[in-house]
Amino acid sequence: MYPDNFYYTKDHEWVKIDGDKARVGITEFAQKQLGDVVYVELPQSGAQLEFHQSMGVIESVKAVSDIFSPISGEVIEINEELNDSPELVNEDPHDKGWIAEIKVKDKTELEKLMSASEYEKFLEGLEE
Amino acid sequence: MKKTRLYIPHEKAGAKFVEFFGWEMPIEYSGIIQEHMAVRQHAGLFDVSHMGEIVISGNQALDFVQFLTPNNAARLDKNKAQYSALTTPQGTFVDDLLVYCLDENVYLLVVNAANTEKDFQWVLSHKQGFDVELQNQSDNYTQMALQGPEAPKILQPLTEIELKDMTSFGVEKGTVSGVEAIVSRTGYTGEDGFEIYTLSPNPERIWEAILEEGRAYGLLPIGLGARDTLRLEATLMLYGNDIDESTTVLEAGLQWLIKFKKGDFLGREALLKQKEDGIQKKIVGFELIGRGIARPHYPIFLDDKKVAEVRSGSFSPFLQKSIGLTYLPIEFTEIGTEISIEIRGKQVEAQVVPTPFYKKVVEQ
Repeated sequence: MYPDNFYYTKDHEWVKIDGDKARVGITEFAQKQLGDVVYVELPQSGAQLEFHQSMGVIESVKAVSDIFSPISGEVIEINEELNDSPELVNEDPHDKGWIAEIKVKDKTELEKLMSASEYEKFLEGLEE
Repeated sequence: MKKTRLYIPHEKAGAKFVEFFGWEMPIEYSGIIQEHMAVRQHAGLFDVSHMGEIVISGNQALDFVQFLTPNNAARLDKNKAQYSALTTPQGTFVDDLLVYCLDENVYLLVVNAANTEKDFQWVLSHKQGFDVELQNQSDNYTQMALQGPEAPKILQPLTEIELKDMTSFGVEKGTVSGVEAIVSRTGYTGEDGFEIYTLSPNPERIWEAILEEGRAYGLLPIGLGARDTLRLEATLMLYGNDIDESTTVLEAGLQWLIKFKKGDFLGREALLKQKEDGIQKKIVGFELIGRGIARPHYPIFLDDKKVAEVRSGSFSPFLQKSIGLTYLPIEFTEIGTEISIEIRGKQVEAQVVPTPFYKKVVEQ
C-alpha cells in the first residue's frame, strides 16, 4: 500500500526523491480521512517553503485541511491537473494525485521523516 | 454518546461516524458525492433517529399547537402533516419542525436533534392555561427517511399502505415489513420520498428490508454529509445555520407558513408589524464565480464593506459549484447582485442566484 521508496510525515504526506527534486503528495490514509476531494489550492511555482510551512489547502465536501511542506526548498512544479480533476487525490494519491515538486535545499531534513514501515506502524498506533 | 437502534447495521455497512449533538451518527458510508447522486438519481436510506419527537395531547392540544406555531394546525388530520416552526414573541425561530396529528387531540412535533431539550423546555414553559400533557418521546422513536425517485417502488412491496394515494405531506399508519410504523410523504432532500417513524424495538427489520429491496434500484445508505448537501441544494433550512433566534420567519423567506388569519400565536404581532413595515434583510442563495468553496462564517463583502457571513455553504455535488445561503440587506437581494466572499484572506467573486439551487424534474 505505502511505497517503500517514499518518505512519510505525521501530517500524512509523502515525499518521493528524484535527484535534488522532491515530489510531494498526501497519503492513502489522508485521502480516506478527507473523503471526496473537490478543490485543491496549489502552491505558487517559485515559492520558497520552509519545513512544515503551509503550502496549500485541500478541501473535501466536508473538510478543509492544510497541506504542509514536508521539506524546505523552492516549488518548481505543481500538478495543474488537480485544478480540473481534484478527485485524482482520492483515486490515485501516491501517483497521479501528487501536489507539487520542490527543489530540496537540505537533504538531511529527510532524516526527520518516516520510512514506509515506520509510517505503517504510526498508522496502527492511530487506529488503536 | 447516544446511539440509535440502527447503530449495528451502520457499523456493518462500513459507516464513518461523527458526533452530532450528543448522537453518534453516520457521516458517510461510500462517500458523500456518490451517496448524494444516488438520492438524486435512484434512492437513499437515512437513519434520522436523532431527530426529537415531542407529543402534545389533551383536550386543548390543538389550541396549544396553534399558539406555539405560525402555520394552521387546524388543517391537519390523521392523514396530513405540515412544516412549521416554534416562534419567539419576536417572530424568530426557536426551531423549525414538522407537525403531525396522530389522533384527535394528539399532536407530534418532530424537531431538530440540536434543539430537542430546548424545545421541550420551551413548550413546557408555555403550557400554563392549556389543558394538555407533554411527552418527550425522542429516545423511543426510530426515524428513517427513504428518499429519491425510486422510493415509492422500493417501499410499496414492503407495506400494505397504498403509496400512490399519498400526496405530498400525506400520512398513513400501517406496517413496513411487518413492523408498525407511521409513514409520511415528506423529506429533506428535494426529492420524492418518505419518512418512517416506529416505536418498535426492532426497527432494523425495516432498515434491512429497505436496503435489500432497494439494491436492484441502486439504493445506498446515506449519511449526514450527503443529507446536508442534498438539503442545501433544495434550499431547505438548517437550524443553527440558516435560521435561528436572530432571524424572523419572514426574513427566512418562509412567509407561506404564516397564517395570520388563524388567530393569535407566539410572534404574530411582531411578524404582522414586520410584514407591514417591510423586512430589512432577506435570505438569498449565492454561487461562487471564482475558485474555492464558501464555508459557514466566511465574511461577505459588498463594495469592500463587510455586510454578512456565509450561513450554509458547501460544494454542490449535483451542480458542481460552490453554493451557499446568507442574509443580505434587502436592497442588495436582487438576482445577479455581485458580492465577494473572503476565503483565507482573499476576496473571491460570487453572485446572488435564484433558489432553490436544485429543483427535481416532475414527471408528467
